[in-house]
Amino acid sequence: MHIPDGFIDGGVSAGAAVVAAGGLGASLKRAGQVLDERRVPLAGLAAAFIFAVQMLNFPVASGTSGHLLGGALAAILLGPSVGAVCVSVVLLVQALLFADGGLSALGLNVLNMALVTAFGGYLAFVALRRVLPARVGSVVVASGVAAGLSVVLSSVAFTAEYAIGGAGGASVGTVVGAMVGVHVLIGIGEGIITGLVVGAVLASRPDLVVGARDFHLGPASSPAALRAEVTS
Amino acid sequence: MKRPVRFAVFLVAGLALAAALAFFVSPRASGEPDGLDRVAIDEGFAETEADHALADTPTAGYGVEGVDDERLSTGLAGVIGVALTFAVAGGLMLVVRRAGGRSSGEPERPTVPG
Repeated sequence: MHIPDGFIDGGVSAGAAVVAAGGLGASLKRAGQVLDERRVPLAGLAAAFIFAVQMLNFPVASGTSGHLLGGALAAILLGPSVGAVCVSVVLLVQALLFADGGLSALGLNVLNMALVTAFGGYLAFVALRRVLPARVGSVVVASGVAAGLSVVLSSVAFTAEYAIGGAGGASVGTVVGAMVGVHVLIGIGEGIITGLVVGAVLASRPDLVVGARDFHLGPASSPAALRAEVTS
Repeated sequence: MKRPVRFAVFLVAGLALAAALAFFVSPRASGEPDGLDRVAIDEGFAETEADHALADTPTAGYGVEGVDDERLSTGLAGVIGVALTFAVAGGLMLVVRRAGGRSSGEPERPTVPG
């Protein structure tokens, strides 16, 4: 999903960089307010883990692979602002150290792979939590489905950028279909990985999952039975 | 009641898992084009890709220059990336925390979903 230099013209890339910088700036400000200092290392851990798992391309169709984006995962664990910052750091390291993702496309990639996935994924997660039963298992299901949707959203964001400033003259209609089609498959992988990781964190340290805070904020905000389900 | 694992244990175990995935598993990951690259090839805009400005740097393309064993080279690049990502993300969050947040006190209760 990393856009290289050349796919999208300079104007759209620059515009995306401005939007990404604004979104990232706002995320940094918010992240500084919500992340308790003792939990700062968790942001480092989330970014490092997402970096590692992004290297694990899995086959999705003949001749095609996909990898975790991780924005929804980070957002569910740490909140969308901290999550967007984590994935942006991953993208920065990938572009500067490993020449993955074009330098002129960094704004596009931050927009599509960090901001859209973290905020879009988190919105989907919250919406799913509202309709699913208030059980810990629902957190895992909502995480997986929201993460899968976040990948599709990200592919739609790319297509919109391609429609405005794409190179090579491909038909936008076929690009939409192809991008969404393959990213539904990649999204299934994203959903499975995200569900597994959120489930593992819930099993070991449920208090470290922002998206499940309603289960462990204390008696005033959640029924004891729900807490017991997490801790027992 | 199951006791939650200690914070330090969680952190170290998480980092060890990330490093292990990067070192041992990433060299075995699929080398096929990813979803976007596949679409670019199929829809005929793959050739618009320009060379990366940093393509000649020592760790470009997830490898370490001078390490001939391809799997070791990829694995080492992965571990370097894990360490650097942890340091940069943690350091950046510490800076914004100290700059903008309250330096101590109880953690804010974020909006509870649901």
